[in-house]
Amino acid sequence: MTKKQKKVLIRIIVAAVLIIAFSFLPLEGYIRFICYMVPYLVIGYDVLRKAIKGILNRQVFDENFLMAVATVGAIALGDYKEGVSVMLFYQIGELFQSYAVGKSRRNISELMDIRPDYANVEKDGELEQVDPDEVEVGTVIVVQPGEKVPIDGVIIEGSSTLNTSALTGESLPREAKAGDEVISGCINMTGLLKIQTTREFGESTVSKILELVENSSSRKSRSENFISKFARYYTPAVCYGALALAILPPIVRMLALGLAPEWGDWIYRALTFLVISCPCALVISIPLSFFAGIGGASHEGVLVKGSNYLETMAQTKYVVFDKTGTMTQGVFEVSGVHHNTIPEEQLLEYAALAECSSSHPISKSLQKAYGKPIDRNRVTDIEEISGHGVKAKVDGVEVAVGNAKLMKKMDLSYSECHEVGTIVHVAVDGTYAGHILISDQLKPHAKQAIQDLKRAGITKTVMLTGDMKRVADQVAAELGIDEVHSELLPADKVAKVEELLAKKGEKEKLAFVGDGINDAPVLSRADIGIAMGALGSDAAIEAADVVLMDDDPQKIAKAIKISRKCLRIVYENIYFALGIKAICLILGALGIANMWMAIFADVGVMVIAVLNAIRALFVKNL
Amino acid sequence: MKKTYKIDVDCANCANKMEQAAKETAGVKDATVNFMMLKMIVEFEEGQEPKKVMKEVLKNCKKVEDDCEIFL
Repeated sequence: MTKKQKKVLIRIIVAAVLIIAFSFLPLEGYIRFICYMVPYLVIGYDVLRKAIKGILNRQVFDENFLMAVATVGAIALGDYKEGVSVMLFYQIGELFQSYAVGKSRRNISELMDIRPDYANVEKDGELEQVDPDEVEVGTVIVVQPGEKVPIDGVIIEGSSTLNTSALTGESLPREAKAGDEVISGCINMTGLLKIQTTREFGESTVSKILELVENSSSRKSRSENFISKFARYYTPAVCYGALALAILPPIVRMLALGLAPEWGDWIYRALTFLVISCPCALVISIPLSFFAGIGGASHEGVLVKGSNYLETMAQTKYVVFDKTGTMTQGVFEVSGVHHNTIPEEQLLEYAALAECSSSHPISKSLQKAYGKPIDRNRVTDIEEISGHGVKAKVDGVEVAVGNAKLMKKMDLSYSECHEVGTIVHVAVDGTYAGHILISDQLKPHAKQAIQDLKRAGITKTVMLTGDMKRVADQVAAELGIDEVHSELLPADKVAKVEELLAKKGEKEKLAFVGDGINDAPVLSRADIGIAMGALGSDAAIEAADVVLMDDDPQKIAKAIKISRKCLRIVYENIYFALGIKAICLILGALGIANMWMAIFADVGVMVIAVLNAIRALFVKNL
Repeated sequence: MKKTYKIDVDCANCANKMEQAAKETAGVKDATVNFMMLKMIVEFEEGQEPKKVMKEVLKNCKKVEDDCEIFL
């Protein structure tokens, strides 16, 4: 608790004790009035002061004014205890609000706090802790086990396991050794690392992310704007309502009905109105819900750039994907060996060795699949046949590795592959020995990701790709994607997205998911641009509205679920607070609700709404 | 030009009022108050001296909410 809050707490306790004590004493007349004024002033002096200042500054309708009028009015009517108690409960409510908001502010900030406090720089053989801001590009910094990597850089010495969970929400540790790039924000788990920085602190991943998350709640959602507008009209409206309630019915009773005016009764009802007129519960709980939602999401490795995007994402009905890098890994790997007449390993060995001098991605993936170091001395007479493949002698045996054209040229009969991808045929010693299939691998959770989206109520999934139709159709069928458009140029993708945007309904939003490379225009054209695997990619962080820190496509459905939960809470709070207030206003006007009920409508609703808002933070099991 | 200032204010509605007051100050193009982060982001109009404008912003904010502070 801050000093300010402690002071209020003491005042609350003193006032509460006094009220309870006085209610047991047989006090009469003036003495009773003076006695009750003591706790009233103890608990309410600042409210009264602010109310007067507000009037002087022509800011009449603030909650201080309302509370002052309501309580002074109650005291004037002789309801001392009620007047003082309403002020007391109002202050308890304010204290709770300030405490709860302060606490969740701290909690959420801690959750998002990946800011490193220092960097270790070696000076004259000793480590010195310096402010990361002061470290220049190219400096060698030392990161000990248990410390955060403060600045992006390249490892020049040492190897270790890095925990990226603060960035990605993924707890799987990542191995890193000399020569690897590391990004700031990771935690070094096992070994000592020496890192040469490649960026300034301000340009490092960790700073970029912090900036993004901290500014995110400044982009206000429509619900927030609605509430602040509503609050501007609600309070004056209720105040005028109260005034009318105090004056009109008694006059009507007196003149038209010939009854006793009962001024006291109607003024009491009007004062009840004033107590209900504070919009606090709404005004605090809506931004708090969004803040908690964004905080919870960032803890799961989903960075949302603004409350408005969270709101739009919750209405997503169409999800459009890029293929390469989003649903597939974007790296080519050997995915099968078919029709082989010799053992698989041997075929791969021949192919890898024959292709040893090539740096083509295909030969790289052959070498990777072979998995053993290449002994170049075993390979002789390498002959590259451009556009066809390679012929070479491996261990003195003639090997030909290449496409169908090469086989035709050598007059060998070969088998076509029924699967999609790049086919590498191999002939050993003049006879066909089988072929190797190389294709882009699907991400391990890609299929699950599409199912998750379907289960989350997404109406349509669409895949856009520049790849060949055959490949695209096969991937789409395997994953269960509804619609696929292939052989598109980047500009065609924008056109396709626009086509889809035009077809869908107003309330249905379209999200585009890409890896941020080449698809920045599409990301910004869609209602919601989601970039994935964006760790360390500035362009993606820049272009997208939502950034998935790791490249697991399952996070797409998770992000949508998080946004829905947050929005559900926002609407719950809006309906709940407005509903209770409306009911209490009606009951108050009818004379059924008294001031005690009014103060519940004000403070109680606020407490419940704040507690409900904090629920948006818990998104782990969605 | 955009600048960010730390602020202190107790209630969310007061923060909204501050935002409104800041927006209406001469020389301010747009202003956003982020109650959760206790920050005020002010976009100044071309050729305005932020320090001078911010003094006015603070004065206007104090008018609508006595109990607020902007750390200039």
